[in-house]
Amino acid sequence: MTEVAPAIELKGISKAFGPVQANKDISIRVMPGTIHGIIGENGAGKSTLMSILYGFYKADAGEIYISGQKTAIPDSQAAIAAGIGMVFQHFKLVENFTVLENVVLGAEDSGLLRPSLARARRELKSLADEYELNVDPDALIEEVGVGMQQRVEILKALYRKADILILDEPTGVLTPAEADHLFRILENLKREGKTIILITHKLREIMEITDTVSVMRRGEMTATVKTVDTSPAELAELMVGRKVLLRVDKAPAQVGEKTLEVTNLNVTDSKGVHRVKDVSFDVHAGEILGIAGVAGNGQSELLEVLGGYEKATGSIRINGEELDLTGAKSDGQSRRAKGIGHVPEDRQREGLIMDFHAWENTVFGYHHDARYQRSRLFMDNAAIKEDTIGKMARFDVRPPDPNLAAKSFSGGNQQKIVLAREIERNPDLLLIGQPTRGVDIGAIEFIHQQIVALRDQGKAILLVSVELEEILSLSDRIAVMFDGKIMGERMPLQTDEKELGLLMAGMSTEAA
Amino acid sequence: MDFGTLLQMLDATVRLATPLLLACLAGLFSERAGIFDIGLEGKMLAAAFLSAAIAAVTGNVWLGLLAGIGASMVLSAIHGLASITFRGNQLISGVAINFLAAGLTVVIAQSWFRQGGRTPQLSGDGRFNPITLPFAEALRDVPIIGPIYYELISGHTPLVYIAILMVPLTWWVLFRTRFGLRLRAVGENPAAVDTAGVSVIFLRFSAVAICGVLCGIAGAYLATALQAGFVKDMSAGRGYIALAALIFAKWRPWYALYACLLFGFLQAMALRSDVIEGVIGFAVNGQLLDVLPYILTVIILAGFVGKAIPPRAGGAPYVKER
Repeated sequence: MTEVAPAIELKGISKAFGPVQANKDISIRVMPGTIHGIIGENGAGKSTLMSILYGFYKADAGEIYISGQKTAIPDSQAAIAAGIGMVFQHFKLVENFTVLENVVLGAEDSGLLRPSLARARRELKSLADEYELNVDPDALIEEVGVGMQQRVEILKALYRKADILILDEPTGVLTPAEADHLFRILENLKREGKTIILITHKLREIMEITDTVSVMRRGEMTATVKTVDTSPAELAELMVGRKVLLRVDKAPAQVGEKTLEVTNLNVTDSKGVHRVKDVSFDVHAGEILGIAGVAGNGQSELLEVLGGYEKATGSIRINGEELDLTGAKSDGQSRRAKGIGHVPEDRQREGLIMDFHAWENTVFGYHHDARYQRSRLFMDNAAIKEDTIGKMARFDVRPPDPNLAAKSFSGGNQQKIVLAREIERNPDLLLIGQPTRGVDIGAIEFIHQQIVALRDQGKAILLVSVELEEILSLSDRIAVMFDGKIMGERMPLQTDEKELGLLMAGMSTEAA
Repeated sequence: MDFGTLLQMLDATVRLATPLLLACLAGLFSERAGIFDIGLEGKMLAAAFLSAAIAAVTGNVWLGLLAGIGASMVLSAIHGLASITFRGNQLISGVAINFLAAGLTVVIAQSWFRQGGRTPQLSGDGRFNPITLPFAEALRDVPIIGPIYYELISGHTPLVYIAILMVPLTWWVLFRTRFGLRLRAVGENPAAVDTAGVSVIFLRFSAVAICGVLCGIAGAYLATALQAGFVKDMSAGRGYIALAALIFAKWRPWYALYACLLFGFLQAMALRSDVIEGVIGFAVNGQLLDVLPYILTVIILAGFVGKAIPPRAGGAPYVKER
């Protein structure tokens, strides 16, 4: 019996970015015709490792073998020649080119475009039939959905005759139905003998589709196991290095008075697009209302209106008081004065000033507060720093150094800084968008506990997240948004991902 | 205004639009590849000086043209080095080039020729002379068509025809060739080009080099065809007007031709304020006509005449990231 050579074998790969060791002596074997998962927290070094394999970065040490042959991959050109294709987390597509032009770019047959485009058109058709990879070749990338954009990325790789396909966090932007479609495509590819490497931090995907899984932690490969021989709990522990609570532990909600009352809210953005359409809902004290939906269906605008930096028509009442939606009092300052705290979706752009120190970031929005002022003219920086040290301890921010710039913290710790600022102001209503986007599993657990604790103090919480698992495990009530409208409300125990997924795709289950 | 005067004005329009068009297409190549180039002005000026200087010394205008292109390409190389290799700020690099050219041309001209920062007057083979197209003389007396062909279409210097031919050529290169596809892609999303295994740096340097050649021709045209020799600051803001035309044209070659003809016409009107007064009945300040291109551009930028979307990766150096 001769042993089949691995499709890819990495031996002793190391890579450092300055003082940060992103990959430490990593070795891995990926067998041909399998789906191999690589799982790990953010910053564990998964993407770095795959970027080295794709020739995007150069490794400091180590060797790469493709089908048993030692291969040097100094650039992406060499990776493509070796039969490797990569679908990056952030697609590498030219927005105002057609699908066809994007597929052809860099793989043209000759100096003139016409023959290349004609051949690509024929090839795309046969690939589409073979793998369920249907796309409209003449559509502009900026006009098609993310699902199709991703299929274009896969087609790009196949058009270049890739046998090994690397996908980096491919489901982050997809609806559950689109993710299922993607997984069918991957199964088809595997059946045709292609080798697939799937990078993800979602345990469910690993369990569902991979044959083998490798776990990375802090730049090291901690384990490689057959998927059938492992469990989500075991993988989580391998990723984090300690036992992790995957489910949120929470008592039934003690629902109180109506805190937030939104009636017939409409938002039209600066481009004249009607973003939020006649939306009405309530949030009571002591409950978490989760808003599910694929990104870009009006949730962001809803948060912006409530947070005071987008104008709207309709009515919003907080504790019975009507909010100003268009005039002089429709700003963040006035909203905070009414007891609304806001943890924005994009913490790096809206929640923090990345170049400013942690201590400055912990008072933004509340810096007019008397206890941060020494006199009418001067801030009391010493008091703010003192205050920040306390916040950092209570919210487990690491490292607990108030003098570090916000950008020096990891995603999870940045989020804790924002949370500390907003929660410790003791708001009646907390708006929280994508609380755990780009946050490690360990920190997710902590952030979820904080949100539930705030609810248990009798506060109202409006949670917006594109992660269905998060919505299902945290919310006391779930509303689904699609195309600016609320498609329906569900109780988490009486629904499942499938039903919510249909609502998220705009299909009403009410009629059925 | 009679037919003859109109023809004269249009003839002047073509002559004045030519340097704008060459510079505008130069900017188009560069900006389509993601390198903003505010240094068109400086490159034209340097090319104008060196082409006139070499033409004056050798008496051969074609050698002058080559020298002008060379001068412009050296400045292009500096811009490329600063903004592509060293990932510097493209605006600052461009402004620096403009200052460099404005100062150096006069200093060197003074040191070489001692004529107050000018080059000697060019004549004969030292400058580009009008060429008469076939049948121009024969058709001259045919009503309407004859004068249009003789006055307007025939009788320009070779560079005018080169500039106009550059328009379809630019369109063809950008939209019908592999190089054009990659060039447009690198100005929109260089990461897409990089991950497709194509060199971003090579493409951007190619675009900047083409920009240098075209700016060189534009500059040489100023000193050896439009005028007969170099004088201080003779580019007179044409590099900036070309940039305005580029925005007006929304970075498209055929629109660039129309925009440059429009701006050229405005310049021709500014020279003939007597004609304007005759048509509209009152005097218009020539300087008012000079600023019209800029006013039109502001109107475009304010979004009154559709939206001008620049190449998305324009102005930003390419840095690899995950």
